[in-house]
Amino acid sequence: MADAVPGFLPRAALQHLIDALIAAGYRCLGPQERDGAILYDRLTSVTQLPLGRHDRQAPGHYRLEASADPRWFAWANGPQALKPLLFAPTEPLWKVTREADGVMHFSEQAVPAEPTAVIGVRACDLAALALQDAHFMAPPHADAHYMARRANLFLVAVNCTHPADTCFCVSTGDGPNATTGYDIDLSELEDGFLIQAGSDEGRQILASLPLVPASTRQIALAQSQTDKAIAAQSRSLPGHNLRAALFANLEHPRWQEVADRCLSCGNCTSVCPTCFCSSHNEVPDLSGTSSEHVREWSSCFTLDHSYMHGYVVRPDTRTRYRQWLTHKLGSWHEQYGRSGCVGCGRCVSWCPAGIDITEEATAICGGGQHD
Amino acid sequence: MTSPYVPAEALILDRIQESKSIFTLRLQLTDPVRREAFRFEPGQFNMLYLYGVGEIPISISSDPHDPETLGHTIRAVGRISQGLSTLEPGQRLGIRGPYGRPWPLQAAEGHDVLVVTGGLGCAPVVAVINYVLLRREHYGRLIIIQGVKHSEDLIWRDRYAYWSTLPNTQVLLASDHGGPIWPWHVGRVTDVFDDARINPDHCFAMMCGPEGMMRAGIKNLTQRGVPEDHIYLSMERNMQCAVGHCGHCQYGASFLCRQGPIYAYPAIKPLFRTRGF
Repeated sequence: MADAVPGFLPRAALQHLIDALIAAGYRCLGPQERDGAILYDRLTSVTQLPLGRHDRQAPGHYRLEASADPRWFAWANGPQALKPLLFAPTEPLWKVTREADGVMHFSEQAVPAEPTAVIGVRACDLAALALQDAHFMAPPHADAHYMARRANLFLVAVNCTHPADTCFCVSTGDGPNATTGYDIDLSELEDGFLIQAGSDEGRQILASLPLVPASTRQIALAQSQTDKAIAAQSRSLPGHNLRAALFANLEHPRWQEVADRCLSCGNCTSVCPTCFCSSHNEVPDLSGTSSEHVREWSSCFTLDHSYMHGYVVRPDTRTRYRQWLTHKLGSWHEQYGRSGCVGCGRCVSWCPAGIDITEEATAICGGGQHD
Repeated sequence: MTSPYVPAEALILDRIQESKSIFTLRLQLTDPVRREAFRFEPGQFNMLYLYGVGEIPISISSDPHDPETLGHTIRAVGRISQGLSTLEPGQRLGIRGPYGRPWPLQAAEGHDVLVVTGGLGCAPVVAVINYVLLRREHYGRLIIIQGVKHSEDLIWRDRYAYWSTLPNTQVLLASDHGGPIWPWHVGRVTDVFDDARINPDHCFAMMCGPEGMMRAGIKNLTQRGVPEDHIYLSMERNMQCAVGHCGHCQYGASFLCRQGPIYAYPAIKPLFRTRGF
């Protein structure tokens, strides 16, 4: 639970937060400009943050723009969410060595356990994290690698004040403010941050910072920013639960129309913060005495994904796009009690063909608002 | 915390060539503690690991009364199964499992059991046949229906011939294309349903094979009055992790490796008519 009255951290004191996290033993990550996009990377100084950067996003479009804005978090999101930090894009799961007589020894890959703090987490990404937690940490087969990283994660959320044109977190109910799942939550104002703890670990860090109580004016200012961020979102899904509508329309002609535009490249699944598919690949050592079993992100848009001994269940883009969308917005409800979409809009921006999930879902589910 | 992905070493005790492309490996876990702890039910599967190449899901075809010796009947068809086919007794591979839900053999006690298979001999249901035959007094009639494309595709000819001699057991075979030594029906497998002595109120149907064959079989059986919730299917999809993480085996909301591979028909009925899931 968040503390009732937020504190105020002057802009010049944000460095203290980074220092406090590093002093507490965390590897600190934060948003930085890399190759024209905002990515999370090792952060030791506020000077690394994307000062005054705005992101302009549209279907198939992502550009950073410079401005005189004194803010560090005046952008919506980059292609990454928290996903790569917990569910690694590629990682060995186990190794086997084989002796000359054929005897094999299997060994589990050591799980990484470096305490990591991430500054600048968005509400949509916290919602996605909760879904990935539900997927990877459910008994009886919890994923040890994911669990170890998750247990060592400290999250500093920053409420989103500059949603992109592609964002629709209001429609999914996941933003623009972080409401749960963070250790510390920030609201960025021109001269500093409203700051609140959401966990005991967060409170300990806050205790070491030069905070003053936030004024009524500052709290009202943050609220009006949130109101503006909500009003700024023009995209929406036609309902929270589209399961029935999607599965009632499995033969809708729109599946073929979208397939004619879709390149089946899998960019959407790579940037999606909730997509969890992976393939397991074997990487044998050249000497022949050992082999590593490596897990890699994979995508339901590939031919291999549904391959079975000479037969492919989804040979065309129509059935693959349908698989993705009916899962993301439909069967996810049965699996994890809610939609698999958190409204981050990444699949819209990073689709080379500019396919917009909200537009496709609306076309397929028909007019009107669903549940 | 132990990783659910790490296999255990197993020794090949025996290798039986069932047909040109089908073979059975009898395996034993080398770690005595794991070996003693291993339990499974017919219909469950193991992930078999071929050193340096990878893993595939293979159902356990031996009887659960001897869980220390695990039979796996495999068709050499892909990269890993062809590699596995070259292994010999004394060589080793990796195993993890068992995974998935079994056939409803307890629920079927006291009922007739109708086994319908298509394609090249279906190992998952052979486990059912053997299970019922070893516990004959617990079950009613055993009806075995097998369809193949070509007469020469039938494996285990001797076994079908033997099963047909057993009391209270009926064997019906059909081949789309007959041959000089095919004394059984030429035509679709559903044709022979007419000859099956099915008591629709009192049977469990267990099916395995191509989905088209199972669709036709379900239609036929439900028309005869077999309740949908007494029809069980063994499904197949790509599988990488077997613990519900990798996403490859999803079928609608279910993961074949966890909620399957054996399903009561009503559980998958809404999707079963649509190709591409």
